[in-house]
Order: sequence, then C-alpha cells, then structure tokens
Amino acid sequence: MEHLIILPVLLPLFTGVALLLLARGSRSLRRWVSVLAATVLVPITLALLLQGLEGPARVYALGGWSPPFGIVLVLDGLAGVMLALTAVLALPALLYACRGDDARGPNFHALFQFQLMGLNGAFLTGDIFNLFVFFEVLLIASYGLLLHGGGSRRTRAGLHYVVLNLVGSSLFLLALGLLYGTAGTLNMADLALAVREASGDEAVLLRAAALVLLVVFGLKAALLPLYFWLPAAYSAASAPVAALFAVMTKVGVYAILRVYSLIFGAQAGELAHVAIPWLWPVALATLLLGGLGALTALRLSATVAWLVIMSVGTLLAGVSLATAAATAAVIYYLVHSTLAVAALFLIADLVAHGRGDKGDRLTAGSPPHHRMMVGALYLLGAMALVGLPPLSGFVGKVALMQAAPPAAGGGAFWVLLLLGGFFALIALSRAGSTLFWRPQHQPSNEPMDPLRLGVTLILPALMVALSAWADTVLRAGERVAAQLHAPDRYIEAVLGSAEGRTK
Amino acid sequence: MELLLAVMIGTLTATGVYLLLRARTFPVVMGLTLLGYAVNLFLFVSGRLVVGEPPVIGASENPSDPLPQALVLTAIVIGFGMIAFVVVLALRARGELHSDHVDGHGEDH
Amino acid sequence: MTLAAIIFLPFVCALLPPLVAGGARRRGLCAWSAALAPVAGLVLLLGHAEAVFNGQVLIQHRDWIPALGLNLAFRLDGLSFLFTFLVLGIGLLVILYARYYLSEKDSNGRFYAQLLLFMGAMLGIVLAENLLLLMVFWELTSISSFLLIGFWNHDTNARKGARMALTVTGLGGLALLAGVLLIGDIVGSFALTEVLGAREQLFAHELYPVLLVLVLAGVFTKSAQFPFHFWLPHAMAAPTPVSAYLHSATMVKAGVFLLARLYPALAGSQLWFELVVGAGMITFLGGAFLALFKHDLKGLLAWSTISHLGLITLLFGLNSPLAAVAGVFHIINHATFKASLFMAAGIIDHETGSRDMRRINGLWRYLPHTAALAMVASLAMAGVPLLNGFLSKEMFFSEALQTGGLGSFSWIVPLFATLGGLFSVAYSVRFIHDVFFNGEPINLPRFPPHEPPRYMKVPVEILVGLCLLVGVLPGVIVGPVLAVAAGATLGGTLPEYHLAVWHGLNLPLLMSLVAMAGGLTVYAFRYRLYAIQNRWPTINANLLFERWIQRLLLLAEHVTQRLQTGSLQAYVAWLVGSAAVVLVFALWPLQAWQGERTLLPVDGIALVATAMLVVGALGTALFHRWRLVALLLLSVVGLVVALVFARFSAPDLALTQLSVEVVTILLLMLAMYFLPTRSRPDSGFWRRSRDLSIAGLSGLTVGGAAFAVMTRVPDTISDFFLERSVPQGGGSNVVNVILVDFRGFDTLGEITVLAIGAVGIYALLHDLRLPLARFDSDGRPWAGDAHPIILTTISRPLLPLALLVAVYIFLRGHNMPGGGFIAGLVASVALVLQYLASGVHWVHQRVPGDYHPVLALGLLAAGVTGVASWYFGAPFLTSTHGYVHWPLVGKVHLASAIAFDVGVFLTVVGATLLILANLGKLTAEGKRIREGA
Repeated sequence: MEHLIILPVLLPLFTGVALLLLARGSRSLRRWVSVLAATVLVPITLALLLQGLEGPARVYALGGWSPPFGIVLVLDGLAGVMLALTAVLALPALLYACRGDDARGPNFHALFQFQLMGLNGAFLTGDIFNLFVFFEVLLIASYGLLLHGGGSRRTRAGLHYVVLNLVGSSLFLLALGLLYGTAGTLNMADLALAVREASGDEAVLLRAAALVLLVVFGLKAALLPLYFWLPAAYSAASAPVAALFAVMTKVGVYAILRVYSLIFGAQAGELAHVAIPWLWPVALATLLLGGLGALTALRLSATVAWLVIMSVGTLLAGVSLATAAATAAVIYYLVHSTLAVAALFLIADLVAHGRGDKGDRLTAGSPPHHRMMVGALYLLGAMALVGLPPLSGFVGKVALMQAAPPAAGGGAFWVLLLLGGFFALIALSRAGSTLFWRPQHQPSNEPMDPLRLGVTLILPALMVALSAWADTVLRAGERVAAQLHAPDRYIEAVLGSAEGRTK
Repeated sequence: MELLLAVMIGTLTATGVYLLLRARTFPVVMGLTLLGYAVNLFLFVSGRLVVGEPPVIGASENPSDPLPQALVLTAIVIGFGMIAFVVVLALRARGELHSDHVDGHGEDH
Repeated sequence: MTLAAIIFLPFVCALLPPLVAGGARRRGLCAWSAALAPVAGLVLLLGHAEAVFNGQVLIQHRDWIPALGLNLAFRLDGLSFLFTFLVLGIGLLVILYARYYLSEKDSNGRFYAQLLLFMGAMLGIVLAENLLLLMVFWELTSISSFLLIGFWNHDTNARKGARMALTVTGLGGLALLAGVLLIGDIVGSFALTEVLGAREQLFAHELYPVLLVLVLAGVFTKSAQFPFHFWLPHAMAAPTPVSAYLHSATMVKAGVFLLARLYPALAGSQLWFELVVGAGMITFLGGAFLALFKHDLKGLLAWSTISHLGLITLLFGLNSPLAAVAGVFHIINHATFKASLFMAAGIIDHETGSRDMRRINGLWRYLPHTAALAMVASLAMAGVPLLNGFLSKEMFFSEALQTGGLGSFSWIVPLFATLGGLFSVAYSVRFIHDVFFNGEPINLPRFPPHEPPRYMKVPVEILVGLCLLVGVLPGVIVGPVLAVAAGATLGGTLPEYHLAVWHGLNLPLLMSLVAMAGGLTVYAFRYRLYAIQNRWPTINANLLFERWIQRLLLLAEHVTQRLQTGSLQAYVAWLVGSAAVVLVFALWPLQAWQGERTLLPVDGIALVATAMLVVGALGTALFHRWRLVALLLLSVVGLVVALVFARFSAPDLALTQLSVEVVTILLLMLAMYFLPTRSRPDSGFWRRSRDLSIAGLSGLTVGGAAFAVMTRVPDTISDFFLERSVPQGGGSNVVNVILVDFRGFDTLGEITVLAIGAVGIYALLHDLRLPLARFDSDGRPWAGDAHPIILTTISRPLLPLALLVAVYIFLRGHNMPGGGFIAGLVASVALVLQYLASGVHWVHQRVPGDYHPVLALGLLAAGVTGVASWYFGAPFLTSTHGYVHWPLVGKVHLASAIAFDVGVFLTVVGATLLILANLGKLTAEGKRIREGA
C-alpha cells in the first residue's frame, strides 16, 4: 500500500470537507465522523512510524513527477515520530472537546481536521515551498481554533498571534526567495546538495536564507525573543485546543531539526551548522526565562504555557548540541514534553470546571470535585513535567544530561536544566497546594463530568507507559538520530544518488 | 532596471514594517499588505527579470522562469486568505474589546 | 526478585487502606490492611538473614532502561539489611501506634496510603544497587513526605512546612542527581559494585570536588545538616506518627545512609573531612544547644534529632573506620530511642491537648506508665550508662580524641563533642523534669490526663525495651548486625572494637561524666538562660525561607515583565528586528552586491512606475491616520505591482494580482465601515524614530538582498517544466500547468488555506454584532455611506457578462494566461458587486446564502481528481490529457487537471463569497442596530 504515506494528509482533508458539507447537519453526527477519522489516524500513523524507523526514507512522488521537479512526501523516522505523536495527542484532545467545548462555535471539527492535515503535511513534505504551504494550512486552522469560543481574552491573544505569524509567513517567503534565487531548487534533498557546493557570495546569500528561516521557525517554536505571544495565547485557548497546541511549538522544533540537519547540517561545507552559534545561547536563555515565567503565572494554564516555553528551550538546547546521542534524547524529550503539557492543560481545565467562577486562577477557592482523583492526576502530571521520577520527565532529563556531559561543554546546560526543573517544582507545588489544599468550602460547583475525567486519564497513562518502556522509545530515538545525522541516506532515497545534482 | 525593482522592494518592505509597528489595527493590516507585496515581488524576481517572454510555450522562444511565478501565485492567494482573516479579526476585536488598538486597550469606544 | 517484592509490596498495598477506609469502626481494618506490607516484608527479609550474616551480598537485577544504565538492580548486604529492618520494623510499630492516634475525622485511608508510599520509596533507597534507581526512590521520598507533612492541609503551617521540605530536599535532590550522573560518567556505570570499587578513579578525576559537593548537598538537605537544617522543625506540623517515622528511622536517615553507602567510594579525602565534619559539628552542637530552649515538646525532639544527625554525620566525616562503626551504631540507637520519644510525645499531646512544656508539668502522677517509658528513652538520648545511647556516645568520644585531621586544632573536636554531649544531657533532663515533675500542670485543655489505650503503648514499650537490652547486653543483641552493617559500610575488614558497658576508667568516660555534670548544672540555671535567650532576636526560618522564595518570585516578576509587556508593537519589533539583525549579520561579508548578470536597460515607464509605487507606499505610511486616503494610495501600489508582473512576462500574476487587489480593497472598504476613519497619533517621537530605524534597516537589507539575487546568473530546475509542459502536462501555459499538475499539491494546500480562512472568518462573524456609531467617544467620524444608485444600475446587467468572462478565462487557462483561480475571483467579484450594489437581501433572494457547500464541493472536486489517479495505479494527483471538441470554444486540449482546476474555481468562489457575504450581512445588521438605536 504505497499510498499509505499520503493518508495522514488526505484523511483529515476529506473528513474536513465532509464536515463542511455536514455544517448544517446534526452535531452528534459531526462528532462521530470527526472522532472516527482521528481514531483511524492512530493505527495509520503508527504503521508509518514503524516503516519510518526501518529506514531508508520512503518517497512518494506526487503527480508522478520525479524529484527535484515534483513535490515529494518523504517518510523517515522523524516524520514517523511526529505523525504518530500528533495522532496520539489529537484523539484525546478531540474526545475531550466532544464533551461540550466543540459546541461553543461553528465548524470546530472541520478546523480541527484541517489542523491535523496541516501538521501531517508539514511533517511529511520533502519540498521547502510545500512546507511553507502546509505551515499556512496549520496556521490558519490554528487561528480558527484559538479563537474558537470567543471572548475578549481569546480575541486579544488571537490578534497578536495572527499578526505575528503573518509577519512570520512573509519572512518565510523572503527566505524562500533567497533560497530559490541562489540555489534554484526547492526540493530539500536537492537543496542540501546545492548548499554543499555553494561558496563565496552564493554561500553568503544562502546563509542569510538559513538565518531568516531560523527566525521563522523560532517564532513557531517560541524561542527567545519570539515567544512573548505564547503564554497569553495558550492560556486563553480552550483546553482541548491548548492540548493540541502542545504539538504546535514542536512543529518549529521539527522544522529546525529537519532543515539544520539535512540542508545546513554537518555536511553543508561552508554552511555547516550555520544555525548553532545562534541557537545554543538563545535556547538556554529560553529555558531559563521559561522557568522564571512559570513562577509569575496567575493561572494554572498560564503556568503550563510557560513550561511549554521551558521545554522548547530544553529541546533546542539539545538540538544545538548536534550529536546523535543528544538528538536521540531530544526525540524522547519531545514526545514526553508534548504529552505532559497536553495532560496538564486538560487537568487545569478539570480543576477550573470544579471551582466555579474561580476557574484555574491560583487563588484559594472551593476544591474541585473528586478532589482526590483530580489531585492525584495533577500530582502525576506535575511530577512528569517537573521531571521527577519515575515518570517520563525524569527519563528525558537524565537522557539529555547524559548526552551532554560537562566534560563536553554541557555544564551550562546541566545547571540550567536542573534550575529550570527547580523553578517548575516551586511553581507547580505552590499551585497545587493552593488549588487542592486551601479549600474555602463554597457550595455551588458544577459536578465533574466523568467522561472528561476518563479522557484526561489517557495522557498520564501514556506518560507512565513512556517511562515503563523508555528503553524502546530511546532506542527508536537513536534510530531517528542516526538517520538525521546521515543525511546522505535521505538524499539518496529522494534523488537516487547523492552524487551531483540530477538535472 | 534591477535597481529600480530593488528600490521598489526595499520601499515596500520599509513602509510595510513601519505600518506594522503602528498601534491601530487598520494600519497594521495595511502594513501586512505592503509587506506581502514586497515579499511576493522578492520571490518573483528570484526568477530574474525578463521582458516580453511569458512562459507560454509557443508565445516566446526563451521564456522566463515559470516556477517563481507559480509560487508567487500561490503566495498571493494564501496572502489574500490571511489578510481577509486578519481584517475580520480586527473587526471582531473592535467588537469585543471596544477599541481598534492592537492591544485592546486605548480610548475609543 | 524477593528484594523487588519487599519494595513494591508497600506500593501495591497502598491501594488497600483507601478501599477499606470509612467510618470509625473501619479504622482497625484500615490499619491492619496497611500492616500487611511491612509484615510480609519482614518475613521476606528474614528469609535472607542467614546469607547476610554469613557476609554474602545478595544482588538481583532486571533491565529497565539499559540505554541510560538505569536498571532494576537491588542489593542486600549488611547495611541495607539493617536499614530495611529498621524501616519495616519501625514502620510496623508506627502503623500500630497510628491506629490509636488518628481520629475518625482524619481520612485514615489517605494517611496509610501515603505512609506506605513513603515506606516503599525508603525501602527502594536502602535496597538499590543502581545509583540512578536510588535517585528515583530518593525523589519519591521527597514527594511522599511532602504529602505526609501536609496531611492536615487545612493548617497553614502544615502546607508551608510541606512546601519547605519539598523545596529544600528537592533542590538537594537535583544536586544529587547531577552528582550521581557525574559519578556514572566517570566510572562508566551506576552499579554500586562498580562505583564502590572505583575509589582511585574518582579521586583522580578533576571533577571529584564538584561531584563530592553535589552529593553532599543532597545528603545535607535530606539529613537536615547545617545550613539546610531549617526545614526539619517545620516538618513537625505533621501528625506525630509521621514525625516518629520520618525523623527517627527514615527520611532524615536517608542522607546519612547515603554517606555510609558511598563511604568506600568517596570518603578519605581532606575535602570530605572538612565538609562533612564541619557541617556535622556545627549541626551537632547548634542543634543540641537550641533544643534546650524549645518549649514545644516536638520542637525539642526536632532539634535534638538535628543534633544527633549532626553527630552521625560528624562520625562518618572523621575518615576513621572505627568512627564509621560508631556512626552505624548510633544510627540504630537513635532510631530506637527517638521513635519511642516521639510516640510518647504524641501520647502526651493526645492526652493533655498541649505540647507546651511550660504548661505540661507533673504528669508522673497521671500517666506513670508512659512517664516511665519516656524517661528511659530520654535517658538513652542523654547517653546514660546501661542504655544504648551511652555506648555509641562513648565510641564517639574516643574517636573524637583520635582525630588529627585539623592538625594543631584537633583538640577542637573533643571539646565540641563534650559540649554537645553536655547540652544533650541538659535538654534530655528538661524533657524528663519539666514534663513529669516540676509541680502541677497549668490549665491544660484536657484535664485530668489519662493513660492512653493499652495497645497504643506497645510500640513504645518494644522500642524502650530495645534501648535497655542493647544498653545492657550490646554484644548479644546488636553485635552481629552491627558487625555486618559496619562491614558492608566500610566495604572491607572491620577494625578492632568490642562492645561493652565498661571499658575501665578512661578519657571518654571522663568526658561523659563532665557532660553529665555540666548538663545538670546548665539545666539548673535554665531560667537565666531562657531570659538571656529571650533577648536574642528570634530567627523564624519559615519567614526567612518565605522571604527567599518571595525574592525569587520578585526577580522572576521583574525579568518577565521586562519582556512580557503585552504590547503587540513590541513583539512585532522584536520579530522584525531579529530578522533584520540576522540579515545584516549574514549579508555583511558579501563581496559584491551586484552580480555578473547584465542588467536590463532602464526606461521611462519603469521610472514612472517606480515613482508611483514609492510615492504610493510612502504616502500610505505617511497618511495612515487618514484611512480612506491611505487605502486609495495602497490600491495604487497594488496596481503598480500588477503592472510590474505584466511588464516582466508574468501575465498570470498580473491578472491574479489585479483581481485579488480588487477583492482586498473591497474587503478593507467594508472593514472601514466599522473602524474609525481617522485616528490620533499615538506614538511619540522616540517610538517613531525607533520604528523608522527598524523599517529602514529592513528595507535596505531586503532591497539589497533582492538586488544581489536578481543580478546573479540563475541556475535553476525550470527548464524541466518548460520542456515537459506541453508533452506531459498537456498545456502550454507553463505556470498554470505547474499550478495544477507539477505542483498541484501546493495548489491543493493553497485552496485549503482559502477554505479554512473562509470557515474561520465565518466563525468569527456569525455571532458578531457591531453597532455603527456615527461618531465615537471622541467625536471621530465613522464612514457609513449607503449603496450608490449608479452602481446598482450598472452592476446588474454586468453580472452575466462577467460570469461569461470567468468561464472563458477558466477554459483558456491551461494554455493561455488565466485558469481556475483568476476565473474564480472574477466571478466572485461580479457577485460581490451585486451585494454592494443591491444589498444582501436582494442577492439572497436570487442565490443561495450559504456558501459552505460550494467551498466543500470545490475542495472535494480537487481532492477526488487527485485520488482518481490511484485507480490507474499512479500516485496522488497524476494527470492525463487528450483533445475534446467544445462548442463555441472549439477544439480544446483538455487535461484531467482541468477537473482539479474546477475544484480551485469553486473553492475560490465559495471562499470569497462566504467572507464578503457575511461581512455584508454584518453591515446590514449594523445599520439595523443603529437605526434601532
């Protein structure tokens, strides 16, 4: 079934179309269609993940036009991981939304599906302009989702988010102009070859393109100084949307991993590792500021949003170490942080539901219903996010630290990583003791929706599994890293041979 | 000629950026539009300037590079969608925040 | 995996108590269900006793995360045997005690569950063979003790104490993690057997001091050593059984356990001596001294715990095997008497309702039994002969005399030792005299106090009995276990020592006597001391700690608010600024801005066009506050851009730009209907000059980059498209063929974006109600003109014509400039014109109002065309083409891609109308609202 690769794009597309046609139909029908599609996506992406890990990269030439001329989808380990992660995250988020959040405005499910289409397309495409197109798809869908439900907080945050990303898109086009104008091609594998041969002024222009791209991806990933929009946006979004957005910043991380290992990686001649001198310090600063920010949050969801930023800093610091070991650890940490953050966004919503008008504000109020249950969930999520054993956060942290021994200049990384964990510990323990331990008994609470609770349980369960079978995941990460650090295999798979440009 | 194009692109970028940095939604939208023009032109000229050689087979003997044109066309369409969205969002902001200030505060009601 | 079983039983059994809990009568059941784990654990443990006493080391291993060297490896040697026994045994007694201590109001289930979690974690620490695994359990103790200390979470002190303990031990845990990882990095393994054997390797490594400091940070925070001691007294907010457990045998002992565990690997260096002895000495002396002044019963015990932990730490720091033996011995003794003392304190608290020693006096008369037990235990604490405390203290004194680590200052150690002993005697005496004698009780909340339930005293009796037995017959009772434990600690041969009550008249005995006498004297003069102490500034660690936390929060606040201004303008400035900066940085080394490609000649038209564009753009920026003007200038700019496309051989782009331009301007017009048409300047000089410089910089760099690119000889893949367009793409308009065939996937994405945009906009508009004020608060006029009649008259006949044009453009698209997108826009413009001219209602009487289906069908058509190619075994979007005779248009070369283009056409029409029609509705409603108002 060679068409399997494109299903993660087409399935959500057609589902979205169907949902538009059903726009006037019954809501429950739309829910069923949407959930069904999201469910089917899970086995598909898992199958693709296994294929991708096997390697070598599998290529799907759209329209039958051979690369570099046509657009190709390329499935390798990294793409597989991102696809599977997205699908596994999307399902619980969607189920949670089906408990009422989707009814707060029209076309939620269509937007959700298009969002998935955009994400999957971005992970799969092997063509840099097509990457731009899918970025736009996932962005405009995310605008809709972020604003879903209305309200002044969302609108304000949304306006900022949209304007900034529109500027980001313009910058992306600018970089593409530089790339095409200099290298004369768009296929990423072909670009990689062109970049290797580049020298002199050609190399200078390509460097400019590379750095502008870094700004673009940095905005998506929420790097200093481009993350300021994030806390407001994520804490304003409705819980299931925020949970799904846990993977949005990872799109930026993905793009950075992809572009700066394949095109501007170690083999890129004059342009080898062009991004790292910028990425390393900025990522470390992001890590620290994310941790500090978490201490200032006034809502639980905002605390979590700040921890998203912290995790991005952690990941990109790991990326800029540019060793196979570090990349492997990054892959594990990426999966972990996405799930953990999503879990906490949902838990924050559960808490909010139980506390009436106090919502998830960090002030004493009546305790949420099922205090023990929700409290235990919160404890699990917080432990994972802070990086306390035995959950996945600890494994990820240890893996990253082992990949960057102080002898190899990882000292600063160690200090900041541990410090960040410490800040997260303070922030979340204070939040927890305020929310669960300072009950001022007020009578009226809306009763806890058992199904929301049940759906939310999925994510912590996944994190437990992630640490129980950590070795398997880490090994998978090593495979992905091995593929990323040997781009010739990828290029060969796409263009047939890494020798000279096929023209 | 190339210099003129460069001047155009530079001016569009500069004015676009300046408007982007204004405090009201409407100028920001116009700024985005100008910036859009700028980058579209940039992408277009990455195929170099050719006069009177449209990439239509038969209409010209050595036609200009069609690829950037296709890309720009896509970019224009996407840009249109985005501008439309942000315009409406600006209206919504006006409606919900009772202000056309980009941060929602400001005096008018 | 019996060892694993010992550890995981408590975790599993933790589920039981909550299940059986409920009601007063279930308390017993609750406690028994909790007791299962330690009982079973003890049975399993004693099963291995023989092997251990034969000096064997039992190691059980199972892989968990080999990739990180983190495995489920467990080790049972003398040391871990001793600790496992203490943890399980005392745990069992505490459970029995808690059965009577807890009231039915306390949620028993939660209590026992958390206690068992803690027990499991503690067992994990002492039985771990893998250092990383030890870390795992180490952190787990921090968390579970956090829950236990905060058990009575309605009480502020409990919450604060819990948070403080978690924060301090958490910080230490992070340091320890770093230390452990360093050890693993140096040794190449986390297995204790390897690490303990790698002493030389570790000592030789340049990072030894670092890792030592890190590990000790972990130890000192956990074992409440100076300067991290302050959290322990605040942990006393916990229920007394918890204190009895955490502060006798477990939590705080984890630190000294680690000292013992890593003794063979890390001990012996001067740095070790200085750090460990230093911290231990200060803690021992300071703790003993302060304990005397605590009027709270538990407070006294807390500080004495700190002091005894200091004593143990000090012993391990002395770098002498015998001292280490004494350390292990004192761990046992302290555990027994301190646990019993806490329990006794709990009983007194329980029966009198107070813990203030200034009020609780003369209880001897009311609870003689409890009093007797407590007195024996506190005598042991004081180190009185014939009790266990005495023996280890004697060993300590004799070791103190042996130390030479401080050169000529070595006399300090025995001196401080004696002083510390002296104060221990003093506070022990106070515990006895103040509580049980010293006159009558002073208005106790509960009076008269009674003896507690019989079985509540059993645990105390057992422990006190041990104190006595060990004290009288040390060799028999504790000899063997001490031997194996100490042996495992030293990881080698035991030094020569013999446990006996009587060593003859020697210096240590003399020091003891001095301590006794001195202690009694100090106690005799206690009131004067209190008076002096009252004049000292009292340091409340809690406030101090909170202040530190607040400082941290303020710092965070400060840093964050600097960046997180909430102003979009600032954020955009950051974004554009960083782009400009990287561009400048990247383009700096450019040798030649102008490449080798020959430039095109400049002509008049171009100059004029450029001038128009520049003026238009600058004008837009300049007059942006007069919005109508700005908009007009903007449209001029768009026009020129279209002309540029047309001039430089891009007719398709020109057409597209033109039609998009029209629609965009329409959109902005409609938008302006709701926005102020003017706005006051709201940025000052500096702001504007900052913006101007950012703008200028971006303009220069981007323009320069464009020039640099344009003037270089291209090297592209474009020939391919020109060659294949007609033969394989079936169209001579290469741009269109690229759009619908070569790169059809892009177009699919592009129309999806359009569709999503429309859907999102619909969502934004559907519940939006915008009143149209004629004037806003500060009198700025609002635009609001009705549809001009002339437009109406012209536009209606125009519609069919326009649609025809659209169809034509569409059909020729594949070969001549045109195509689905442009056609779509033309059609929608024509329709939109109707909206503008005749209003929403007029149009909606004639065309369906809801454009969702159009949109969806468009996408569907495009998608299905793509999937159709699967039927021919080709990948998505593979096209085919042939010739078709078409009425009127004639012989048309038709490609399957046309179907795709139909999709594009429909989507464009659907999207554009969905957007504009709804905006139009808005205006109509807005008008109604205004007229209504």
